[in-house]
Amino acid sequence: MASLKDLRGRINSVKSTRKITQAMKMVAAAKLRRAQAQAEAARPYAERMEKILASLGSAVANMPGAPRMLVGTGGDKVHLLVVVTADRGLAGPFNTQVGRLARARVRALEAEGKQVKILTVGRKGAAFLKREFASRVVSEVSYATKKRVGFEDAEAVALTIAEMLDQGAFDVCSLLYNRFRNVISQIPTEQRLIPAPLPEGNATAAAGPQAQYEYEPTEEEILATLLPRNLAIQLYRAILESAAGEHGARMTAMDNATRNAGEMINKLTLNYNRTRQANITKELIEIISGAEAV
Amino acid sequence: MATFLLELVSPEKLLLSRQVEMATIPAVEGEMGVLAGHAPMIVALKGGVIRVRENGAETEKLFVAGGFAEVSPERVTILADEATPLPQLSRAGSERKLAEAEAALATVAATEAPEKRDAALIRVLSAKAAVEAAEAA
Repeated sequence: MASLKDLRGRINSVKSTRKITQAMKMVAAAKLRRAQAQAEAARPYAERMEKILASLGSAVANMPGAPRMLVGTGGDKVHLLVVVTADRGLAGPFNTQVGRLARARVRALEAEGKQVKILTVGRKGAAFLKREFASRVVSEVSYATKKRVGFEDAEAVALTIAEMLDQGAFDVCSLLYNRFRNVISQIPTEQRLIPAPLPEGNATAAAGPQAQYEYEPTEEEILATLLPRNLAIQLYRAILESAAGEHGARMTAMDNATRNAGEMINKLTLNYNRTRQANITKELIEIISGAEAV
Repeated sequence: MATFLLELVSPEKLLLSRQVEMATIPAVEGEMGVLAGHAPMIVALKGGVIRVRENGAETEKLFVAGGFAEVSPERVTILADEATPLPQLSRAGSERKLAEAEAALATVAATEAPEKRDAALIRVLSAKAAVEAAEAA
């Protein structure tokens, strides 16, 4: 049986662990609020952008010579996966679940004989995927040193993707990230970026009559600037949602850890008290039996 | 006077959303004033100043670096790349940006494809507009 001193040592160490996890939970809660506010602030822009793109895109998509970013290259051979994860761990299953989704996608695509390229945003995803697919990772981005991720960061990533598209480095581009549903649930999601997903015909038909826009300059020229911007905004949204999700996941994970530490402390304290009493009883018996023998 | 809903959003936040009488927006093919009941349009914007008119007086001036506007009879939505209220636009800051943009143009102009040169040129023009706007403010 463990000695009293050992038990005391363990109780103290679990107590300090609990302090740390509790502090991490508080920090995550504060950051979560900020990240959520940022994600919400970005939403109106993304929504309006979608609307404009939907009305423009359906007008231009059927024309010959439509921009590649809208209709893709026509091929389906090379897939680019953009995987968004956090830069830090200790957030429960947050990073692994996106990693697993990405791994499953890579395997499925390669089983179909397609070529896969990976672009990671966030250190954790890069580390996870490099273990198995190091040769497919073409580029990695990390915001670990940044305090706050701004739109210009997403724009930079969008620019690399656009350049790769110009060089014909891939045919289809998808985005994998944790969608933020609420604080305790983040859903690993796949979203297609290129070719841009357009709403189904009936949706545009419903919006039909009042959506007869005039364009200045021409549709093509507007689309040429709108599409890269849309790519950036989709990435920005994914990065923000992922950031909010990260803090939510960390908060839940640290809450569990704090609770587990509390339980452990109770168990150890009980054990400690029992051992102490047993020691006292033992000593008493020794004294009494010693006195009787005299 | 009839009013319409003006919404100004940048990727980072919703800057403005209220009923106004008139908005002047810097479209790529020239400034354009929008009143309530305007025909539906989608226009691209260049760097310039958005002026907002409410209750017969000009109430707000904002600089945008570029973007798009969706105009419909009862609503105008401006998707701005970057929007700063004029009083907050610093002259030194915009001059620095102009210098950066010009440097970028100089490096791009010699080597790269025409699309890239155009993009860099647009950035220079937008930065120039920012400097002018800051001077006027």
